[in-house]
Amino acid sequence: MSHDITARYSVGIDLGTTHCVLSYLDQIQATEDTNNEIKVSVLPIPQLTQPGVVEDKKQLPSFIYRAHESELNPSELTLPWHAESGVLTGTVARHLGSKTPIRLVSSAKSWLCHGGIDRHEAFLPMGSPEEVTKISPLNATIEYLSHLRHAWDHKFPENVLSEQNVTITIPASFDPAARELTAEAANQLNLKHLTLLEEPQAAVYNWIKSSGDNWREQVSLGDIILVIDIGGGTCDLSLIAVSEDEGNLTLNRVAVGDHILLGGDNMDLALAYRVKAKLAAEGKELQPWQIQAIVQACRDAKEQLLLENDVNEVAIAIPSRGSKLLGGTLRTSLTRDEVNETLVEGFFPHVNIDEHPIAARRSALSQKGLPYAQDPAVSRHLAAFLSKQVSAANDVLGSTALNNATEQNEAGSFIKPSAILFNGGVLKSPVLAERMLSIINQWLEDSHTNKARLLSDSDLDLGVAIGASYFGHVKQGKGVRIRGGLASTYYVGIESAMPAIPGMEPPIEALCIAPFGMEEGAEAKASEAEFGLVVGEPVHFRFFGSNTRRHDEAGVQLDHWQDGELEELPELQVTLPTEGRRAGEIVPVNLIAKVTEIGTLKLEAIAANSIGNCEEAERWQIELDVRD
Amino acid sequence: MNIDLSSMPTSIDMIHLILASLTLILLILLMKKSKKVVNTPVKPATEALNIEKAPVIEKAPTVEKPATEQALQLKDTSPDAALQLLTLLQQDARFIDFVKEDLSAYSDADIGAAARVVHEGSKKTLDTYFTLESVRSEEEETRISLPEGFNASEVRLTGNVVGEAPFNGTLVHKGWKVSETKLPKIAEGHDTTIVAPAEVEL
Repeated sequence: MSHDITARYSVGIDLGTTHCVLSYLDQIQATEDTNNEIKVSVLPIPQLTQPGVVEDKKQLPSFIYRAHESELNPSELTLPWHAESGVLTGTVARHLGSKTPIRLVSSAKSWLCHGGIDRHEAFLPMGSPEEVTKISPLNATIEYLSHLRHAWDHKFPENVLSEQNVTITIPASFDPAARELTAEAANQLNLKHLTLLEEPQAAVYNWIKSSGDNWREQVSLGDIILVIDIGGGTCDLSLIAVSEDEGNLTLNRVAVGDHILLGGDNMDLALAYRVKAKLAAEGKELQPWQIQAIVQACRDAKEQLLLENDVNEVAIAIPSRGSKLLGGTLRTSLTRDEVNETLVEGFFPHVNIDEHPIAARRSALSQKGLPYAQDPAVSRHLAAFLSKQVSAANDVLGSTALNNATEQNEAGSFIKPSAILFNGGVLKSPVLAERMLSIINQWLEDSHTNKARLLSDSDLDLGVAIGASYFGHVKQGKGVRIRGGLASTYYVGIESAMPAIPGMEPPIEALCIAPFGMEEGAEAKASEAEFGLVVGEPVHFRFFGSNTRRHDEAGVQLDHWQDGELEELPELQVTLPTEGRRAGEIVPVNLIAKVTEIGTLKLEAIAANSIGNCEEAERWQIELDVRD
Repeated sequence: MNIDLSSMPTSIDMIHLILASLTLILLILLMKKSKKVVNTPVKPATEALNIEKAPVIEKAPTVEKPATEQALQLKDTSPDAALQLLTLLQQDARFIDFVKEDLSAYSDADIGAAARVVHEGSKKTLDTYFTLESVRSEEEETRISLPEGFNASEVRLTGNVVGEAPFNGTLVHKGWKVSETKLPKIAEGHDTTIVAPAEVEL
């Protein structure tokens, strides 16, 4: 085990699309004092809020501002840990960027799992003038982590972050390359004891922690827990099945959803445009800067209007930019009906289980832009997920899931969750949470199944970070763990041997190299298939993942599959060094897949002639994230 | 004075209330600083980094003590904290813009719209940087009794102030007390006198 038991703290880091949170748990205290509830704290993160002003906040906004050299006075960039910080991140970055968007780096995390681009290439902020110094999605991630590390080391100089057990959370839908890049970022900051944890799982750990030993009474054998995590920028779905092992309840993560770029920010924008249209109808045209102010005002107004109270209308005032406040201030209002129509009906419409998102995204390899969800209806995305994963729990729950199995091939069949766990800022609103629950229960009722119950969770904003540090603690054998492993089966594409037909691409076959559910430390060999690698030249493989084909073993070769079953991922690349061989020589190899202790997928090519003797065989690392 | 007040719409009353409470906070803040900084030359940012370390407000010295124990001492206050608060109020609530404006030319609707900005922003600022609680927990306009040795800084006696404790009277205003202050830290080179920088769009 690479995890040092002498590490004092278990640290959980939620590297969110819009906010980062760091929580920690004193392991020594937790081990010695077993009677009391385990205490997890959230680190106040010192950050610039304005030039020259430093404040402690629980969240670090995930933004970087690339300031012009004459824009700010260097002495105003002092942080508690160094006099002049070269990089502006956090609240000040978001603040300055709201007025100068060409210099603002945002959504780096969404870029990190965008397969169509080189994630090491410095191109953010996207589309800004040439003189703005660019930064890569990877380096942006490093900057956020680095800020958190400084904040930690400043507070705990005796127990620096690099020596603690650190758990970083990632979306369950992150592809292997994005996971690898997150680990690489942590590695560059010398975090020695690192684990990656899927965010919906972290939310479950937070629920386990907050319910103490009670969680076993809230769920029972055969339960299927649906975790819905809607944050600022993404919507992340997972299914957890409750099974039994030697009389103890165990939790198994049986399915994860696709990467859906849809979250609270979309909702604020939708409201802002609604208000803009309303003002336009009154003959008031808005400037771009006023939209910013409206988004902010709508965010505040929304929070009031989405509570179950008597407020039916919240006034929205957009102040003028100049020092003349009177006369220049635009006044309008947002009503409960408008919010209901835009958010509740727009993002959470009542739909049938067989209504799925209109424009299903195949792969995002074509254009350089974030693949935002085309369909804003969270309920349709959820319907698609539940339908696609109809048989997800069959392996784990066996006979208890028989009901699902018998109707598996019927249209409109879906996996039926019996418990729901919410996470993420959006679902803090009781109106939206209730709507989400009622949609799911409508589906269940239509198929004559019992209603799902809501598992009580605490603090949806900080839950992921808190769950992560709790996980770091229990993974050392101090409590229940969720079984997961790989959430997808992975394949490489092989061109079939057949005569070339003009105008037609040769059909491709998929060779399974990493089976579903492979756990940390496990290794899989696709030994039947041999590839010839050319020494000294980069060799590319097409790479596929499937989160529905659960039974393909390593080495299985598919010549056909159903539409939508396999999703193409960024291609793989391997280069054999020339040393000891002639350039141009062809070396027969097999592919080996490994899940590291950190939680990343490692692919290697191993010389085929030495396959019987794996330990000493020549191995070459296969790059998941190809750099051109 | 009376005529003016009654003719004003309710939103103005609200503004005055905000203004009054803000003035009170500024005063409290100045009082607090006065205990810490003695004769600091009025040069911004010298004490800046200490601001955060300022302790939670202690009880102000009781009225009798300074006079009897030692010669009267008046202290200069550091303007930094006050300037900082002005900056925060300007930023979030457009406080200075609002107060500096001549209201006479505008309709109540215009003033009301601006008042929302000021009110929402001020509330946000107060909630973020101060923890406010009432000095007395009793309902206003009810009778209360003050025992001997009550804190004269916390409770002000008015009206027919005669006789000995315990004093019985009507609670007119329940008072405000800042139980926690967490103002941002300021960088050494930060000029606190710039409460709002000029803005130039390119």
